[in-house]
Amino acid sequence: MSEKTINLEINGRFFQAAEGQTVLDVARREGIEIPTLCHHDALEPFGACRICLVEITHKNWKGWSGLVTACLYPVEEGLQVTTENAEIAKARRTMLDLLLARCPGSDKIRRLAAAQGVTKTSFKKAAHPTTCILCGLCVRVCAVKGANAIDTSGRGIGKKIAIPFRQPPPDCIGCASCAHICPTDTIRCEDTGTGRKIWGHSFEMVACEACGKPILPRKQMEFEAARSKLDESYFSVCADCSQAKTFKTIGTAFDMEGVQ
Amino acid sequence: MRIESVKSLKSLADKVRREQKKRSTEILVCAGTGCLANGALEVAESLERSIKKRKLDAKLKLGVKRTGCHGFCEKGPLVVIQPSGIFYKSVRTRDVKDIVEKTLVGGEIIKRLLYRDPLAKKKVETYQEIPFYSRQHRIALRNIGKIDPAAIEDYISQGGYRGLAKALTEMEPDEVVDAVDRSGLRGRGGGGFPTGRKWRTCRDAADEPRYVLCNADEGDPGAFMDRSICEGDPHAVIEGMVIGAYAIGATSGFIYVREEYPLAVVNLARAITDARERGFLGENILGSGFSYDVEIARGGGAFVCGESSALMKSVAGEVGEPRAKYVHSVIKGLYDKPTVLNNVETWANVPWIVTEGAEAFSALGTKKSTGTKAFSLVGKVKNTGLVEVPMGITLREIIYDIGGGIIGDRPFKGVQTGGPSGGCLPEHELDLAVDFDTLTSKGSMMGSGGMIVMDDQTCMVDVARYFLKFLVDESCGKCVPCREGVNQLWLMLEDICAGKGRKGDIEKIEALSDTIVAASLCALGKSAPNPVLSTLRYFRDEYESHIKKKHCPAGICKDLFKFKISKEKCTGCEACAKACPVDCITGEKKKLHKIENKKCTRCGACRNVCHFDAVEVVR
Repeated sequence: MSEKTINLEINGRFFQAAEGQTVLDVARREGIEIPTLCHHDALEPFGACRICLVEITHKNWKGWSGLVTACLYPVEEGLQVTTENAEIAKARRTMLDLLLARCPGSDKIRRLAAAQGVTKTSFKKAAHPTTCILCGLCVRVCAVKGANAIDTSGRGIGKKIAIPFRQPPPDCIGCASCAHICPTDTIRCEDTGTGRKIWGHSFEMVACEACGKPILPRKQMEFEAARSKLDESYFSVCADCSQAKTFKTIGTAFDMEGVQ
Repeated sequence: MRIESVKSLKSLADKVRREQKKRSTEILVCAGTGCLANGALEVAESLERSIKKRKLDAKLKLGVKRTGCHGFCEKGPLVVIQPSGIFYKSVRTRDVKDIVEKTLVGGEIIKRLLYRDPLAKKKVETYQEIPFYSRQHRIALRNIGKIDPAAIEDYISQGGYRGLAKALTEMEPDEVVDAVDRSGLRGRGGGGFPTGRKWRTCRDAADEPRYVLCNADEGDPGAFMDRSICEGDPHAVIEGMVIGAYAIGATSGFIYVREEYPLAVVNLARAITDARERGFLGENILGSGFSYDVEIARGGGAFVCGESSALMKSVAGEVGEPRAKYVHSVIKGLYDKPTVLNNVETWANVPWIVTEGAEAFSALGTKKSTGTKAFSLVGKVKNTGLVEVPMGITLREIIYDIGGGIIGDRPFKGVQTGGPSGGCLPEHELDLAVDFDTLTSKGSMMGSGGMIVMDDQTCMVDVARYFLKFLVDESCGKCVPCREGVNQLWLMLEDICAGKGRKGDIEKIEALSDTIVAASLCALGKSAPNPVLSTLRYFRDEYESHIKKKHCPAGICKDLFKFKISKEKCTGCEACAKACPVDCITGEKKKLHKIENKKCTRCGACRNVCHFDAVEVVR
C-alpha cells in the first residue's frame, strides 16, 4: 500500500485515508456504522450480500451519484459518501426482505431484517428454506487456509455450498474455520472431546501433552506442520500451557516471585 | 511456409488470385451450422462426386468451396454459383444431378430452386438481386460466404492480413489506437464502449504484461452473429486481435469460445495453427520484430461468462463469477494485469478499419454510432438470418425490407432487441434509428445484436416471463438482488400468467426492479429487469388485463382465455377439426364448427391451421 493520503467525505465529515483502502475501512475506523453480511476483515472483500451499499458522488461527476458496495469501493480523492438515505434504506430493506424469504428460519437474518423494519417477508417464501445466505465466507476462508476443500456448485437460485460428489471432502483438514466464520451458523461442527465431526468426517483430535485438552485435529496438525515447515512437536502443547510454560521459564530465569 | 515480409505476403496473395482466376466457375456451398443441420455437407459431397465423375473439374475448371454462413439460414442449404451469382436455396442431394447437368453443363437456371421475393412476388435468379442481401452493407461479415474458412490462402486472396501488414510496417502503435479511435468503433458485444478509448487506457496502464482477449461467448437466445464469424471467417478475428495487441503492446491472449459452438472451435483452432505456420502469430510476426500469440479457452456455456470479469476468471480456471469493476479490467483484468477484451464482431471490424481507413468507417452509420452492425434477425419474420446494416437504419427497414415482413402477413406486435436483458419495442417505435443511444433511450438496447420479431399472437407478459426465466437460470448466484430478486420477479410473473396476479403486483414488480437495477453486482443483474420493465412501459394494458380481467388477449396463457370459432369467418373447411389433437372440435363440412371448451387444451393448433382467422380468443 502506498503512503499517499487521500481526502474524502463521509456523511459530510472529512477524513483521510491511505490509497488502496476501501470506503468500509475508513467508515469502520471512524466508527460510522455500515452493516455487512459477507465481509470479514481477514478475507478479500467479495460484494455478494449488497447490505453495505452506500451512495457515492463527486464534485467532478456532473451530478452523477450511484450505489456502490462500501466493502469494495476504493477511496479516491474528493469522494463524497453517504451511508444513510432513503434509497440506501430501501435497497438494504429489499436485500433483507429477499434473504428473509430465502432463510425464514435464520435468527441472524430475522434480527438484521427487523433492525431495518422488516419483520415479515413480502416475497414468496422459498420452497426449500435454508439458513445459508451464500455469502461465500466459508469457501473463501477455506481457500485462504490452503485446504480448498469446499466450493460453490451450480448457479443462480440453485447455487449451493458444496463438497465434491457429496462425499466427505478429501481435502478437509477439520480446522472448522468454515463453521466458525459462518454468519448464520449453518455449517455444523461437533466437538466431542476426543474427536470432531464436520462435513461427514470424524477427525481425531490431538490432546495437549501438558493438560490433556483437545487442541486440533491430527490432520490439521500434519497439514499446518507441512505448510509452515515446523516440527509437529510445536503443536503438541495447547496455547494455554505453552504460555504458562513460557512464563515459568522466564520466572525461573529472572528469579521472579509469584510467576507460575 | 512462413511469410517473412510484407512483400512476400503480397506476392502470395497475387499468386492465389492468379490460381483462382484459372477456375471458370466456383460453386459455393454454405457449410454454416444452420445449413449443415439441413444436410449441406451431403449436398457438397454429392456435388464434388458428380463433378469429378463427369470430369467437369478438369474440363470446365469447376471447383466446389465450402464456405461459412451466408446468413440466409431460413432458406438453407444454400448453393451459389459464381461468377454469375446464381442463387439456389433449400438444396437437397436429389437436386444435385439437375444442378450439374442443367446449370453447370447446360447453363440453364433451375426455377424450382430459386428464391421467391415475397414483396415483389417473383422469383429471383441471383444473389445480388435478393433484397435480403442487396440492402446489407457487410464489413464484419465481409468474407463470410465467399471464402473457405479452412483455407488461409483464401482469406489472404481477399486482402486478408493486409491490415496487419500495414499496421506493423507503416504505423506506430499509437497511430493504430488513433485510427480506431477516429473510426468511432464501439464495442459490438453489447456495452458499446468506444474501442479506441479502451485500448488507450490499457496501453497507458503501467503494469505488464498486457493481454488481448476475444469474447466469443455469445449466449443470447437467438443470436448467432459471432458464431458465424468464428465459423466463417476466423482469420478476420485473429488479424484484428494481432493488430490490437500491437497497438496496446500485448504479447499473448485468449479467444474465449463456448463449447456449444463446436464448428467455431474447430475452425478457430485450425486458423490459429495456420496463422502460426504462416508467421501471422508467434514470434517476429511478418519479420517486424513484434510477437503475439493466442490460445483458445473453451467456456462451459454459462451466459454470465460473457461478462468481462467472469470471463477472465473462467479463463484463469476459477468459477466464472463477476467481480465489482470499480477498477476496470483495462487496468486490472486477466491475472490482475491490464487487459483488452473485445467481442468477435469488434475484432473482425479492426482489419477493415486499418486497411480502408478510419474515415471510411466513420462515414457509415450515425455520428455517435459509426459503421455497421450485424444482427441475427429471428422470430416471426419471413427472412430469418444474419444481416449487417449501417447503424441508423430503422427497425422497419430491417424487419420489412430485409426481413420481408411478418410470417403470414400477420400484424406486427413487438421486437425484442439486445438479447434477454434487452427490451421489447412496440409498433409505434418501428421508425426508430437503430443505434446504441436511441435504443437505450427507449428502454431497450443494442446488446450484441439479437433481434426477435413477434406478431400479434405473442403475449408480452409471457415473453417477459420467458426471458426472466432464462436470466434466473443464468444468474451466477453470487449477489442477492440478482439471485433472489430476479427469481422473485419471475415468480410474480408466473402467478400473473396463471391468473393469480393481484392488485399492486405491477407496482411491486417496478419497485423490486428498481432495486435490482441499482444494487446488482454486474451488468447481468443490472439489466435483468429490462424485459419486464420494457414490456410494462409499452404493453402495460396486457399486464392489467392478466391481473384484473384474468384474461390473456393474445391467447397464450392457457388459464386465461378460451378459443371460439367465429360465426362470420368459419367456412366449415374442417382444417381445425383435423388438426385438433384432443378431438374437441365438431361440425359438418361447410357448416360452422364448434369447440368443446371443457376438453380443449388451448394448444392453438386450430388457430395455426385456420386460413380465415376464424379461431378467436375470448375470455
